[in-house]
Amino acid sequence: MNESDVVVGIGGAAGDGVASAGNTLALSVARQGQAVYAYNAYQSVIRGGHSWLRLRISARKPLNHGDQVDALIALNQDTLDRHLQELVAGGVALYNSTKLQPSYEPPKGVQLCPLPVPDLTPAYKDLPVMQNTVAVGAVIGLMGLDFRGLESVLESTFAKKPHVVKVNMEAAKAGFDYAAAHFTPLLRQLQPTSQKWAMVTGNELMAMGAAFAGCKFYCAYPMSPATHILEWFAGHGKELGVCVRQVEDEISVMNMTIGAGHMGARSMCATSGGGLALMTEAIGLAGMLETPVVVVNVMRAGPSTGVPTKTEQGDLNQAFGASQGDFPRIIIAPLSMTDCFTAPALAFNVADRYQCPVILLADLLMCEGNETVDPALLDVEFQIDRGQLITTAPGGSGAAAGEPYLRYKDTESGISPRAVPGVPGHLHVAASDEHDEDGVLISDVYTDTVRRKKMADKRSRKMATVLEHLPAPTLEGSLDAEVTLVGWGSTWGVLVEAVEQLNREGISTSHLQIKFLVPFHVTEVSAILGKSRRVIVVENNQSGQFARHLRAETGISAHGHIRKYDGEPFEPKHIVGAVKELLANGTELIEVLSTERGWQTEHPTGTSGDWAGRRVAAAAVGASPLTT
Amino acid sequence: MATATAVLELKDFKADVPADWCPGCGDFGVLNGLFHACAELGRQPHEILVVSGIGCSSNLPGFFRSYGVHSLHGRALPFATGAKLANHGMTVIVTGGDGDGYGIGLNHFIQAMRRNIDITYIVMDNETYGLTTGQVSPTSETGMVTKTTPHGNLEQMLNPMALALASGCGYVARGFSGQPKHLLKLYTEAIQYPGFALVDVFSPCVTFNKHNTYEWFRKRVYRLEDTPHDPTDFHAAMDAALTWGEKIPIGLIYRNGNPRSSLHLQDPGLQAGVLVHQPVAVGREQRQKLVAEFM
Repeated sequence: MNESDVVVGIGGAAGDGVASAGNTLALSVARQGQAVYAYNAYQSVIRGGHSWLRLRISARKPLNHGDQVDALIALNQDTLDRHLQELVAGGVALYNSTKLQPSYEPPKGVQLCPLPVPDLTPAYKDLPVMQNTVAVGAVIGLMGLDFRGLESVLESTFAKKPHVVKVNMEAAKAGFDYAAAHFTPLLRQLQPTSQKWAMVTGNELMAMGAAFAGCKFYCAYPMSPATHILEWFAGHGKELGVCVRQVEDEISVMNMTIGAGHMGARSMCATSGGGLALMTEAIGLAGMLETPVVVVNVMRAGPSTGVPTKTEQGDLNQAFGASQGDFPRIIIAPLSMTDCFTAPALAFNVADRYQCPVILLADLLMCEGNETVDPALLDVEFQIDRGQLITTAPGGSGAAAGEPYLRYKDTESGISPRAVPGVPGHLHVAASDEHDEDGVLISDVYTDTVRRKKMADKRSRKMATVLEHLPAPTLEGSLDAEVTLVGWGSTWGVLVEAVEQLNREGISTSHLQIKFLVPFHVTEVSAILGKSRRVIVVENNQSGQFARHLRAETGISAHGHIRKYDGEPFEPKHIVGAVKELLANGTELIEVLSTERGWQTEHPTGTSGDWAGRRVAAAAVGASPLTT
Repeated sequence: MATATAVLELKDFKADVPADWCPGCGDFGVLNGLFHACAELGRQPHEILVVSGIGCSSNLPGFFRSYGVHSLHGRALPFATGAKLANHGMTVIVTGGDGDGYGIGLNHFIQAMRRNIDITYIVMDNETYGLTTGQVSPTSETGMVTKTTPHGNLEQMLNPMALALASGCGYVARGFSGQPKHLLKLYTEAIQYPGFALVDVFSPCVTFNKHNTYEWFRKRVYRLEDTPHDPTDFHAAMDAALTWGEKIPIGLIYRNGNPRSSLHLQDPGLQAGVLVHQPVAVGREQRQKLVAEFM
């Protein structure tokens, strides 16, 4: 844990305003030069349940949500009960004292900060959510920041409603002043800086990055946790000239996206694993038609409906196996929220160049999480490489003299110049059936083994040069470190911090993070891991899908595995603890579980609020003949 | 090769690959009608995109000289929708069979009509699954004996005409492959109709459907044009759509006299014109404005 960090946890039931309180707080501190990483552990309910948002705030950009809580804002009794015990010494617990009381003694050194909300804002009696504004004002003061950031956020958020600005401003100021007068500031104090930050989710970065990379067609079916990509596009399609459609299902989504891509528009769609399952047949169509498309899978915990609002890296096998037969595909796993911004540009370029589907494997952690990004990093003009695309016919409308146009010309590289429909002189049929170079079907030609093999080989040959466009992973740290941690995708940030901590504690540790899963940098990865003393693969799934991939590609079996599939992301302490245990016991596999009391559900509903009621109902069911 | 000024002829749309349907297949009539219609409409082959699904009839793009896509079973409409939105300057025609469009692709059929994408959808309706050698189809009559319904079809047959009317389709017509000149007129109108247009064509399968034969249809079909039917009257259209049995109407069932605006004209992202002709780069000022929304 970074000394200049403050982690604020905001908890309540869905509908209590956890997310909006968090957004206000995050933006307020960002406007005072603080970097933020936020992760919301919520449930798939619109009202009720338990939503637990952690914001890690620091002048030095945090790469994960940390593993402790310094300030708790409890919006309901359940949150206070669950999370009070998690606070570290010097931490504070803020709550509306007219509504909530701690059920047990706080940990040693933790300050209880009861806020008499009705006395601080008269608006509370009509608008209970005002307790959030009071608490946000109070916590900002306790962190050592001044009121101006919050003031400006309230002004801009409610710009169209001056009376709402006034009421909120008064409530926030009352909280800020009350805390200053009655509580001891947090042990860890933040210093305002002049750094400017954009406060963005991975989903928003993915959408904006795609738009900046020339995405002109975006299509989706709402599915958590990818829906916000659709919402960002829907809100900006008009000004950017992007056609944005919400359609009937992911089957339609994928086929429409390919249809638009086939005509020459850069096209993208996003979903989660269940939607990807429906897209699967059409992903093979893109492979067969050699149509560039970008498909984003924001992974959530599966299988089936699974745990819709929880994170996991469990769809790697699905991405490998999406669609029947063999065809070139490229699979990229962005490493961080910021990486979500640049990943679509890279994906579009390789999709266009190799005329194949590209799957971006992101996950709930990075896509629904918020992170501050230096706006300078977002001020990028992406290089756009459309590959061998023919959009105009040389010499007017007639066919070029000499050779007829062959859409699927059997070239050395396997890449065939791609004319889009509408261009004179390049008529062809693109077929899902096996076809010859001119597009004419050979699927029904009796055992034409030669032509079938020729076309399959042509397609697969494209993969031979893809790696030239994808930078190889590099090892952070020493080749002869005692431990080499290997992760892929979103675990990058938590691994960086865990590695720092392990090295600080005297366990020499290096780190290899994999972003390009297909094709795989076999030579480079083998050169690194072949020399590593103890390879430990860290991944957010049950069966070790990446570890198997690593073995399949390189023949290297990891010495140890750290896995987590309880729905929650890794925290640095999980990895540090698991590595130590692996070293001490020689165990091969550690399955990490978020076991703090706050994570456990001790009753069927997950909330203490209606626990008694549900218990009665459960007892009644138990007494019925159906269950005896 | 036709040029922009030359008069187009039937042969301009004939592909080098000859149609390989069974001799006598109704789909020949559909293809011929399409050759004639496109020659008459004067759109160049490169301005036309024909998209199909999978099935005997879905082989049509291979026999038609234009841009073509032979997509997945049941997915021709979504593919064509994406294509039309990306380049609405093209004339987009979707062809397929009853299994493809009314079975596996039924959801897309309804949704395409709801969203009124400017596509002409020609369904070669042979009331059977021909390519898989004769199984029951969504438009097989109740009681029909097929390889998979040896004791007779237990299900209600789907009524694509009534479904189209209920789903907001602005041009609903039915033709018969045995009456190619009549078909040609329907195609021409359908392609020119601004919005989603459906032409369902009775296209007998001479190999696997021994029930709905040419003879069977000839005995039953009559042209709505020969009756006082008013195709702009929605309720009259619904009556015609529901007419089935000893007499079956063909011709123009419904034409919305006040057509809804097509999707591409309404989509906010397409206001600048054809999507694939728009610049892809986003200017720096606009990028900075978008980033500033997060600060």
